[in-house]
Amino acid sequence: MSTASSVLLQFLELITALIAAPLLTGWVNQCRAWLGNRSAPPLTQFYRQLAKLFEKEVVLAGNASSLFRAAPYIIFACMVLASTIVPTLSTDLPFGPAADAIALVGIFALARVFTALAGMDIGTAFGTLGARREMLIGFLAEPALLMVFFTTSLISQSTSLSTIVETLGQREFAIYPSLAFAGVAFTMVSLAENARIPVDNPTTHLELTMIHEAMILEYSGRHLALIEWAAALKLYAYSCLGLALFFPWGIPEGTGIFNLLVALPSLAFKLAIGGFLLAAIETVSAKLRIFRAPEFLGTAFILSVLAMLVHLLLEAPK
Amino acid sequence: MKLLDQDLSFEALNGAVAAYAATADEAGLLAFCSAVKESGGRLVALWGCDERKRGQGFVLNVACGIEKGMAIVSLPLPATDPEYPDLSEIFPAANRLQRAVFDLLGIRARGGDPRPWLRHANWPADFFPLRRDCDASQRFPARNEDYAFVRVEGDGVHEIPVGPIHAGIIEPGHFRFSIVGEKVLRLEQRFGWTHKGIEKRFEQMSLADGYRLAGRVSGDSTVAYAWAYCQAAEALTSTQAPARALWLRALFLERERVANHLGDLGYLGNDAALSFGLSQFMRLKEDWQRLSGALFGHRLMMDAIVPGGVACDLSRDGGEQISSQCDAIEREVLILKNIYDEHAGLQDRFLTTGRLDPALAAELSVCGLVGRASSQAWDLRTQNPVAPYDQLETQIVTHRAGDVAARVAVRFEELIESLRLIRRIVSQLPQGERILPLAAPGADTGMGIGWVEGWRGDVLVALAADPEGNIRRCHCHDPSWLIWPALEHAIMGNIVPDFPLINKSFNLSYSGQDS
Repeated sequence: MSTASSVLLQFLELITALIAAPLLTGWVNQCRAWLGNRSAPPLTQFYRQLAKLFEKEVVLAGNASSLFRAAPYIIFACMVLASTIVPTLSTDLPFGPAADAIALVGIFALARVFTALAGMDIGTAFGTLGARREMLIGFLAEPALLMVFFTTSLISQSTSLSTIVETLGQREFAIYPSLAFAGVAFTMVSLAENARIPVDNPTTHLELTMIHEAMILEYSGRHLALIEWAAALKLYAYSCLGLALFFPWGIPEGTGIFNLLVALPSLAFKLAIGGFLLAAIETVSAKLRIFRAPEFLGTAFILSVLAMLVHLLLEAPK
Repeated sequence: MKLLDQDLSFEALNGAVAAYAATADEAGLLAFCSAVKESGGRLVALWGCDERKRGQGFVLNVACGIEKGMAIVSLPLPATDPEYPDLSEIFPAANRLQRAVFDLLGIRARGGDPRPWLRHANWPADFFPLRRDCDASQRFPARNEDYAFVRVEGDGVHEIPVGPIHAGIIEPGHFRFSIVGEKVLRLEQRFGWTHKGIEKRFEQMSLADGYRLAGRVSGDSTVAYAWAYCQAAEALTSTQAPARALWLRALFLERERVANHLGDLGYLGNDAALSFGLSQFMRLKEDWQRLSGALFGHRLMMDAIVPGGVACDLSRDGGEQISSQCDAIEREVLILKNIYDEHAGLQDRFLTTGRLDPALAAELSVCGLVGRASSQAWDLRTQNPVAPYDQLETQIVTHRAGDVAARVAVRFEELIESLRLIRRIVSQLPQGERILPLAAPGADTGMGIGWVEGWRGDVLVALAADPEGNIRRCHCHDPSWLIWPALEHAIMGNIVPDFPLINKSFNLSYSGQDS
């Protein structure tokens, strides 16, 4: 079924993800600076950061195992794969059938496991501390994410992301209570999974409060660049996923140049709005005490269960 | 005269500070310290002097804070094998002070904690740099140290070592956490990395010059230190600084307090990830310090206070600028206070975090703003006011809760009170000279004391000079000495990620206690 043009589109989606992900992170940082009355770094700051890190040499701890060296590549590969199976520019993706929504959760989990293992590999107190906290967040966030996917899968009768997006995109414009609940749950899970305020603080230098940063403290050079890039890709993948599930308009089903001319600007527009909203949430929130995170993610889980119940009770065809 | 019905004869010391000194034997010292404790007093400072060149042995000085002011008890010690009774049984806060005294002078507390405090392995254990016959220019090879931290045993208990090098640009200190899960069972601090030998350096300086070094013991309290030093120097030389100078000194001190409180309030928001608070408060602090720089020649007002008076004057125009800036900043601070108070997420982080129980604070002789947030109502500006505070009617700010929220509240309220004081000082500033020359010290002057309520707590400077005006001994005491141990207790039972917030709410000086 894959035609040459859909393969090309798949390739284009990959390139877009690699280029746009640092821009999205840069945009969120800009918005955060503006909202906090600070002058903002340029939009391309993240590129410069990556360029700098790729030039720097890698400093490895004496007791680093090969796992520590391999982890950045695995994590990066996971995030690249995740961003290519989320429909952003088209729903007709050759990689689409390779992994469905549940596999996507698995890909994120794989990256998480390797980040945590790498954090513990060196044996520093901070790495272990971060890994422990990351697992606490992860085991609470994943069920909620799965429940969100189950709800959308029930609506579209498929776990394939392309099918879900096609189905949701074709429905008439109306507010679906189940999707509203699922959307809020998804937003909360995204904040936790991407190490954003109020669950984690990506800009802190206080080792004792870190979650994600604590695990990667020992990385440097190109390893750190890959991990930072992977973090940006993860944010991008989650953002695109949210847009694809809850605001699917503008994602064409076909391939063609014209479709692309619609898809690219609409994606950029939606990401810009989403990034601004993320920055706004981060600006007005304080970080939760870490043992409040289970309550936060528990709420997300309950909302996602509610979404499914609402769908089954109110929206399912009799 | 007698104090607290004890069998010691105290003499009021010369100078502005309400300080009384007595010489005692071991029993007298112990009895007096116990009486201080029972009367609700506290330990202020503990330091030693080497008087062997003047035909005596060593002297141990213990300063206690009582209702009337400061009572200093001196215990003469023999030149060989000097020992004194362990005071940490009465004042637990004496522990580190006694260890520091031993590291510097070789005066041992009998039965006290034998571990070093300021001395790391980088100088030998039998080398006492503050002894008069010790050549402090000697160099020793750098060595790694094996320090006996207290270990916590148990199922799942492990340690997190943090520092002395941190991820941010902050002063060096080592924190050893014993934790189970996220819960902190014990915190042990290890300091001394910024020991600079300041007290040894003082011995090569003259009375008229020392104020500059005193102002650099802890940069964020430079005004408090400089004023305390000048009080002590003026007490030794019976110099009376002119009234205008005293009012200007109070103006500098309150400006220093405001600047530090503004910065701390911003950082407290930032440590709870509310970076909005940091950028707002830092903007206010920047405006504040720029005006200090423009009017007094230095953003932190270093070297603005000099023996005999002040180094810079305030014009009518400058006074108006200060007043209008106070109004503007007060308006903004009140808005920000409202935002902090109404922010549920921030209050959730502040409330009940890092509680320092008032009873424990009293036991540990905790002073300053941390003490006042735990019901320890010590504030020299209201209790033993020197001019011009005796005319300013400063309102003391105390809270009972002792948590981060209480320390934030004390900062907000003291900030507003200081703005009121500044406006009042500017409007009532007396005319006249701003500086008088420092007289020569008398034949044998004894001790000069300076005692100033800095923004963090009370700063003490004890000074002795020879008749030519050269410093014989200058001891600078930072309030952090007495508050750091309380942090070890405030963190207990809290979770690891709350430590930076609790630490910031204390915001103690490493440089001041290491000096």
